[in-house]
Amino acid sequence: MLSCKEVTHKLSEAQDRELSLSERLQLEVHLAMCHGCRNFRKQMTFLRMACRRYMSGKLSSDGDS
Amino acid sequence: MSDPQQPWTNDAAIEEIRREMIRFAQLQLRDAVLAEDVVQEALVAALANAKDFAGRSALKTWVFAILRNKIVDHIRQQSRTTNVSALASEEESLDQSFETLFKGNDHWRSENRPTNWGDPEESLRQQRFWDVFDACLNHLPENTARVFMMREFLEFETAEVCRELRITVSNCNVILHRARNGLRRCLEKSWFAPGEQPC
Repeated sequence: MLSCKEVTHKLSEAQDRELSLSERLQLEVHLAMCHGCRNFRKQMTFLRMACRRYMSGKLSSDGDS
Repeated sequence: MSDPQQPWTNDAAIEEIRREMIRFAQLQLRDAVLAEDVVQEALVAALANAKDFAGRSALKTWVFAILRNKIVDHIRQQSRTTNVSALASEEESLDQSFETLFKGNDHWRSENRPTNWGDPEESLRQQRFWDVFDACLNHLPENTARVFMMREFLEFETAEVCRELRITVSNCNVILHRARNGLRRCLEKSWFAPGEQPC
């Protein structure tokens, strides 16, 4: 069973590579019962979105969307 | 050459783009003088290959694409002389503070559990959020920020980041995790904290 600390590492790596099936299953088991880590996952997704938006603000239109 | 339709001949438009470029380059390079140089190079390169731009935004896209390449070149050069994986005291203190989030069994301490940020997309529409975001990025230790920005802003694949900076994949993962967690905590504290208590 993964600890929360390990889960944060897996969730960060999930932004960089496709996790294996067993890694994903272990993650899901943990996330199903840990809302702190579920929040962490949403936060990672948000960071990615914010960075994309940051760049697209620079690379498109007038950047002040 | 002074067609008023052409953004190249509009000083105010160029100056504004230039200011934004410098801000971006500074964030990436952490060096004000170098940032100015790189932006200058990018503008000159863009001008040398000037095309007809339909307007300001097409020009901006073009110069930022050139700027990105210039920044990448500088990072490549720097990576020959700096060891990105070396831990400065800032990195160490960030890691220590990460450790304090957990109990002995490596589960969250209840007071440190990541919080629900509600509808964070709403934040992306607020200029104040982007000021906080910039400040949090600037707050990351230099090498940590560099790896993170290559990955997220310059959109390198992780394997390319490792290759360019000559670090191992596991090292890269550790650095990216440190950056994401540092940024997450900074945003949580400075932007998403419920109500910003005036204690």
